Amino acid sequence: MSDLASALPGAEAQGLVTVREAGLVGMVTFRGDLSAPDTAAAIKAATGCDVPGQRAVVTEGEVSVAWMSPDELLVICPHDAATGMAAQISAQMGAAHHLALNVSDARAVFEVAGAGWRDVLAKVSPADLSREAFGPGEMRRTRLAQVAGAFWMTGEETVRVICFRSVARYVFDLLALSAKEGGAVGYH
Amino acid sequence: MLLLECPYCGVKADETELTPGGEAHLKRFGPGSTDEAFEEYLFLRPNPKGVHFERWRHAHGCGKWFLAARDTATLEVFGTYTAQTTEPPEHIIDAIRAKRPDWSQA
Ligand SMILES: [Zn+2]
Repeated sequence: MSDLASALPGAEAQGLVTVREAGLVGMVTFRGDLSAPDTAAAIKAATGCDVPGQRAVVTEGEVSVAWMSPDELLVICPHDAATGMAAQISAQMGAAHHLALNVSDARAVFEVAGAGWRDVLAKVSPADLSREAFGPGEMRRTRLAQVAGAFWMTGEETVRVICFRSVARYVFDLLALSAKEGGAVGYH
Repeated sequence: MLLLECPYCGVKADETELTPGGEAHLKRFGPGSTDEAFEEYLFLRPNPKGVHFERWRHAHGCGKWFLAARDTATLEVFGTYTAQTTEPPEHIIDAIRAKRPDWSQA
């Protein structure tokens, strides 16, 4: 079997904040009727999490479930748990119309850590990053300069950023540039 | 800058997070229709200065299509609504009339 590798193993940049690639992260995409009791039961059984409300991220232990659209969830879990989790969701859903798929290697994950993360992200995204508009427990899908991305807080001073794997280098360089010493804007 | 609230996400999305889809509430004319009707469906748009109904896709977000009512001259937004409708809902019409008493739906 070939060795598993994330998009940019070990990539790290220091500046106003620390940007580092988070390595292998498991992800399962789920599509289906989010209001159905069958869905809630299957998600709970497989992930331990309740189905998140609009834009919310629910976390139980090592597993998070994020609301991506009115018919889509993203399960974030340890990399080696993703295949089993997708299979468990599908088994629980039975004949109910749905999709549950291991998409762990479709994306890259970056961790941005440091007190200045709001300014670093605000420079590359049109999302409102004020404390009133964006806080813990929310998944914000948006634009990172020229590509699609999303982020959610994992602590008061840490945020995880995801993008498609094909643009991992672009997004890492973008975040590193935005975090470069001398580029502080002191807005947030 | 144009901000439109996605009715599915509740996100106040910047114009650059969205993809424009042109005029809303078009009726499709396809095979079996007259050449004139097909031409009008495909090419002819009133392009009004003032109140306009538009399709937008939350491309850098949930990916859904939604509809918006806004003023093309002032960029004032009267409201956004889901695409599962063939005509503007009552509350959108009311919001437009409150700001543009002279406006009438074509
Ligand atoms: Zn949306």
